[in-house]
Amino acid sequence: MRKALEKLRNRVITWDTVKLIGIVCLLAIFCIFLVGPLILLFVKAFQDGSGAFCGLAQFRKYLSSANMLSSLGHTIYISLTATLISVSAAFAMAYSLSRRSVPCKKFFQFISRLPMYAPTMLLGMSLIYLFGNKGILTGLGLKIPLYGKVGIIIAESIFCFPVALMILMVAFSSADNRLYEAADVLHATPFRKLITITLPSIKYGLINAVFVCFTYSFTDFGAPSVVGGNYNVLATDIYKQVIGQQNFNMGAVVGIIMMLPTVLSFFVDRFTSKRQTGAISSRSIPYRIVPNKRADIIATCFCVLVTLFMIGFFGVSLFGSLVTFWPYNLKLTLSHYDFSLISASGGVETIFRSIKVSALAAIIGTIIAFMAAYFVEKTQKFKLLRRIIYALAISPNAIPGTVIGLAYIFFFNPKTFPLFGTGYQINNSFYFLYNTVALLVCVNITHYFSVPFITASTALKRLDNEFESVSDSLKVPFYRTLARITLPLSMQAILEIAVYFFMNSMVTVSAVIFLCTSITQLASVVVVNVQGAGNDAAAAAICMVILAINLIVRILYEIINKPISRKTDAWMKR
Amino acid sequence: MKLRRIAAIAMTLGLAVCSLTGCKISKVDDKPTSSPSTTAGATANATDAPAKLDETVLNIYTALEDEQVAEYIESFKNAHPDVTVNVTRESTGIITSKLLAEKDNPQADVVWGLSATSLLVLNQQGMLEGYAPNGVDRILDTFKDTSSDIPKWVGIDAWETAFVVNKDVLRSNGINDIPETYEDLLDPQYKGLIAMSDPASSGTGLLTVNGLLTLKGEEGGWDYMQKLDENVAVYLHSGSAPAKQTATGEYGIGISFGYRCIKSAADLGENGVVVFPKEGSGYDIEANALIKHSEGEKEIAKAFLDWAIADEQMTKYAANYPIVATGVGDQIPEGYAQNPIDQLIKNIDFDWCAENREAILTKWTELFGAKSHE
Repeated sequence: MRKALEKLRNRVITWDTVKLIGIVCLLAIFCIFLVGPLILLFVKAFQDGSGAFCGLAQFRKYLSSANMLSSLGHTIYISLTATLISVSAAFAMAYSLSRRSVPCKKFFQFISRLPMYAPTMLLGMSLIYLFGNKGILTGLGLKIPLYGKVGIIIAESIFCFPVALMILMVAFSSADNRLYEAADVLHATPFRKLITITLPSIKYGLINAVFVCFTYSFTDFGAPSVVGGNYNVLATDIYKQVIGQQNFNMGAVVGIIMMLPTVLSFFVDRFTSKRQTGAISSRSIPYRIVPNKRADIIATCFCVLVTLFMIGFFGVSLFGSLVTFWPYNLKLTLSHYDFSLISASGGVETIFRSIKVSALAAIIGTIIAFMAAYFVEKTQKFKLLRRIIYALAISPNAIPGTVIGLAYIFFFNPKTFPLFGTGYQINNSFYFLYNTVALLVCVNITHYFSVPFITASTALKRLDNEFESVSDSLKVPFYRTLARITLPLSMQAILEIAVYFFMNSMVTVSAVIFLCTSITQLASVVVVNVQGAGNDAAAAAICMVILAINLIVRILYEIINKPISRKTDAWMKR
Repeated sequence: MKLRRIAAIAMTLGLAVCSLTGCKISKVDDKPTSSPSTTAGATANATDAPAKLDETVLNIYTALEDEQVAEYIESFKNAHPDVTVNVTRESTGIITSKLLAEKDNPQADVVWGLSATSLLVLNQQGMLEGYAPNGVDRILDTFKDTSSDIPKWVGIDAWETAFVVNKDVLRSNGINDIPETYEDLLDPQYKGLIAMSDPASSGTGLLTVNGLLTLKGEEGGWDYMQKLDENVAVYLHSGSAPAKQTATGEYGIGISFGYRCIKSAADLGENGVVVFPKEGSGYDIEANALIKHSEGEKEIAKAFLDWAIADEQMTKYAANYPIVATGVGDQIPEGYAQNPIDQLIKNIDFDWCAENREAILTKWTELFGAKSHE
């Protein structure tokens, strides 16, 4: 019997079949958590409140309102400006950190990541503490018209800075020193070297950074909700439609309009990165920093400046959350950290719930992202299916969080879906997920899926496919290769992905704000509600707790990562 | 060969999805009007039709202030330790839209401390179930629904328009005059210094608008608001926000409500002044109601409504608001006038306000919405 079974397994259930089943499961997951909700979002945009088809009527209504149209213009304007500022600053910082000899690089990099660790509302609140009517810098005579575009642009620039820096650091790291040596021999000026060697080599990283920053600031909800003043942007519009007026169909319309530029930028980015060919060949020599005292001092000063700015920027909010009554009573107190006073909006339990959701998103998200990347990169067959998975996995990059959240309401809330024109309806088997913590985990994984998937793919690409071929010919089952070679060598990427999922799930507002209810409330959404009620100090206090949790996770990651990277990268050293 | 493989994969995928979803197709048997889309955003722990009501869960929707909810609800939780109390708190306008959106599949069991104007709208939509809580006789007639024998809604207290002034901010703008009337607010010297709440989201904003429309007549009211708009820096999400942000020095004058203005003025110390406008204050009643469910209403919901107007709670409401539904308390909270009823605008027609709520908000948003901000 056992023998027969084994025979059957060898004959029928080949490893390819197992892989096929895995791929099909992934496809099903994508269908449920990404494709299905988005299809319903599109359907809803062409229906009126009662569910009847109304063609483009909703779009016409939206586009005929002057207020709404102006917010589209506003959003494009602030996104372009914020992108320009953050990418330029990140460029200077990345250059300083990778091409100049600057001390304490790790520290500078660590601090420059601060904006990623807290909800974006905190950026707005810090700006109020600095530049508000009674702000610290306002008091020193530095007056800016904070509420409106200026405030939003500053906040978004800071928000985008770390991600632009990360992308550019990677781009800068792939330089071929031979080109610089040749240029030196030819007596090229530094400017010429910049134009002809440095810029072309980081071109794709730069384009990528521009598009990521544009999408980030285009879709962010937190900062405009705090310092937007009367400057409407799409992200707050969609909130007003959905939460303020409970007009879900109009929300779908705004969502689709919001997706136009992000999808466009996504395709441009894809198109350009496709043309990217390896700038690095096996004969390349890593960049060697040539000391240049003046340039090094300038670069160090710049890094110090950025670091001081970041610490100061987050320091004021910490201070604001610790004083009795800003700005009139600066006696220190911990009373704003007593979350029982805001328990109707959500007290301490929302923080624990946030941690739970983020941890689950980190664990499950990492498994799925790695699985998807593994099947795409390490399978030779099923080309079409792998292509589809790849396309689905990178598409969340182009979908704003608020749009995903809204789409989830459309998909998971109804008990039944009507089949048009037939009088029949389909029971919604996923209705049970609605209003559960599990759905929040799912929405976070979907929203943040692209970057982990790409990280995992990159890590897997670095591993030679020979491992798989050799294992195959030696009849080693693929899971053993996976467990013995692939997984250990990708450990660094896996940890990085988990941390990415965790930290983003802690701070996100846009994707979860429409899905949180009184029994699934998350800390980041409480910040929005408490701040909306005018209680800035308590909102800042919650942000600080979130920031602290993320900092601890990040530090833990650095500690765990050190021995792992030493071990996994040992073979690269000679 | 290739086609066959693709077909096989498609079938496997279809099967996988179907087995995962357990998808079932059934004939629509209820009326097509109850489209699921209108209930989007609803919380989903409602039980399926004739199932037994879950008495261990109570869903409360409220627009009361955050810290008040925390203070009040404790005793109910202590009295019913086995009941999970889910409180959904938001500004009046948002709770109202939420309730209206969930009309076909209501999620709330009770509404606690929501403006009477909003409850009248819900009642016009047939969403409220009459219930006479224990001790309802003590509630004055003006504070409860008297249109039927069993009241559809029962009030707990009233709240009213007030301003809080930050003298420090005014001084730094070279202003020493404190506005005492609505008319004073139109003075160009206050330009850009005034914050008000957005009536679309805030009940305080709406009662102020209704008060002005009553006081100055419809035309005069809109005319006044247009002039006021020139001086207003921003319309904020909640009723509290204008007062709180005035207290932190962002604005010079916050148009908010009595309780919050008094709190914020106290925070400001000698720089804070509370002003109840001389012409009178717009006001509204915070009231409770039982939400109608097709499968019947929970006993625990009724117990909550009894609790919500019991003496103990009325005393607590009275500590914050001078006017409670059993009459003006003996001890008027500090900061209010000795006879707070005199401060209220006399002839506000709440039925008219409820009937015209939609139209007023639409008009307001059209005129001033660009300045409002979430």
